[in-house]
Amino acid sequence: MYAYDKYDQAMVDARVEEFRDQAQRRLDGKLSEDQFKPLRLMNGLYLQLHAYMLRVAVPYGTLNSRQMHALADIADKYDRGYGHFTTRQNIQYNWIKLEDAGDILADLAAVEMHAIQTSGNCIRNISSDHFAGAAQDELVDPRPYAELLRQWSSFHPEFMYLPRKFKIAVIASDTDRAAMRLHDIGIQIVKNDAGELGASFYVGGGMGRTPMIAPNIREFVPLDQLITYSEACLRVYNRYGRRDNKYKARIKILVHELGAEEYTRQVEEEFAHLLGQGIEPPIAELGRIKTFFTDPEFADGAKTVDRSDPDFALWVDRNTHRHKHDSYVSAVISLKPVGGIPGDATAEQMHLMAQLARDYSFDELRVMHTQNIVLPHVRIEDLHALWTALDEAGLGTPNLDRIGDIIACPGLDYCSLANARSIPLAQKISQRFTANGKEDTLGELKLKISGCINACGHHHAGHIGILGVDKKGVENYQLLLGGSEAEDTSLAKITGPGFSEDGIVDAVETAADVYLSQREDGERFLDTYRRIGMAPFKEALYG
Amino acid sequence: MIILTGNDLKTGAVVWWDGSDWVLHIENAIDVGGNAEAVMAREESARRVNVPYAVEATLTDGVARPNHIKDRIRALGPTVRPDLTLKPADPEIGNWVI
Repeated sequence: MYAYDKYDQAMVDARVEEFRDQAQRRLDGKLSEDQFKPLRLMNGLYLQLHAYMLRVAVPYGTLNSRQMHALADIADKYDRGYGHFTTRQNIQYNWIKLEDAGDILADLAAVEMHAIQTSGNCIRNISSDHFAGAAQDELVDPRPYAELLRQWSSFHPEFMYLPRKFKIAVIASDTDRAAMRLHDIGIQIVKNDAGELGASFYVGGGMGRTPMIAPNIREFVPLDQLITYSEACLRVYNRYGRRDNKYKARIKILVHELGAEEYTRQVEEEFAHLLGQGIEPPIAELGRIKTFFTDPEFADGAKTVDRSDPDFALWVDRNTHRHKHDSYVSAVISLKPVGGIPGDATAEQMHLMAQLARDYSFDELRVMHTQNIVLPHVRIEDLHALWTALDEAGLGTPNLDRIGDIIACPGLDYCSLANARSIPLAQKISQRFTANGKEDTLGELKLKISGCINACGHHHAGHIGILGVDKKGVENYQLLLGGSEAEDTSLAKITGPGFSEDGIVDAVETAADVYLSQREDGERFLDTYRRIGMAPFKEALYG
Repeated sequence: MIILTGNDLKTGAVVWWDGSDWVLHIENAIDVGGNAEAVMAREESARRVNVPYAVEATLTDGVARPNHIKDRIRALGPTVRPDLTLKPADPEIGNWVI
């Protein structure tokens, strides 16, 4: 994985000292909260419902064991013994003290991590495919391109005060595991007819209060123009994005209002101009970055497992993913125990995952946007030992992409923006569908819960989505059906009037039962919904 | 009744105005009536509290109970982690929030 050079380290170290000074001036009363707020947000420090919350960037979701150990140590030393992995492949701590913030950032910097640009109207952490560099179906490892974009976007002086926040995802396979078309810019690394690699640009997607699927604006950008084209996309947005209205300030609104064709025309015009400015980093820099992402030394070994233990066999079937080397798999560690809090991990669990990565996965881990952890390169012959260790620590739940593998935002239990709680619903639904045995029979069913319209829980993209709203001071939940954040991206539709906390759990089971009664061979929930439409679900839900 | 809440500057902890200081437990919160703005302005400028705001509450069993669930969750802690709330040993406390 990428290792900081002296410039990266110097930049991060300097930021630590700068913020330490800013925090001290706030504590000393030399800065007001109004003055301090934009400074702390630039360093990922929010003031949430109960305390300060620190969001730490995990570039394209990749961590080594040393970094995971450091994250665990921070949870222990400065927080309350746990952290929360997020849908941006980051980690958040919920109980941070302002007086500790400088020390925490210094601890992060010591392991080449930071919290820069995890908030504010700037380019946020670049996300990617959690199976990058391991997946059998990928064209190339997308992370070198994500890293190049990270370097370009870090402290980019022109893009530190965009109209709104800006999210970029990079993938390199036709299977989309990063919700690429629901980003401000989604980039897919592709190959043209001449066999050359390039970047296909999708611009203007997003969730939030106005969900949109990004249109493709350029099918092929040569890789030696990747940054220049990205810069052109950002420049047009920075120039014309709606700064007058926060709720219309995302690039998706600009692309929608201009029309994709006109936005593209303006980008191409800017791109032509920029090509003469020499802003593209030398292609040798991309080559240098690629050297950090070379394959580890894979060794031939067993291709199958002993399936005599049914629990182990089930976990292998559900929680491992095909690897490009046939003696390996990518193993998913579920952070969704039945009745648990999606994405939460204790310091002990983080230490264990770090150790297992060291023992079994060439020292690498990945954070999934679905709030699980991946060990990307596990020898098939090591799987039983790995599963045994995970199972003993409560990390062996075999529910990847099942109804219990729920994305849930922190909701009203932690978030000051939320209108309703998300986590209790996730807990009740996973318990309900485990108790009634339907999780097994439902197969792939992606359920996503947001506690407000900002959609951090990706409810628009759930096969089943739940949106929490405030109905005269009482939590109420809308049910949505038919979303997808995969390569068949679609936006879920609201079924009708909302439900109470208990009512929404019943409603999810009702929708699941409609699927079970109507599905045809091989159909997932989403396939059945697309075939039969909303009407049978509405009939069952509302009569 | 109107009670005041905010966050401790150093720790970020949720605090409530008891008439002379900012304290952790809502049981000590007092009705400030029409003095909310004056108290908040004075206390914030003295850096004794961070981002204070007024909360509508109803006196219930002798304790101010915020009318909105968000402030009740702020007062106690996350409903999904009773071990981290201010009253981890009270099995009935969830009923106060919800």
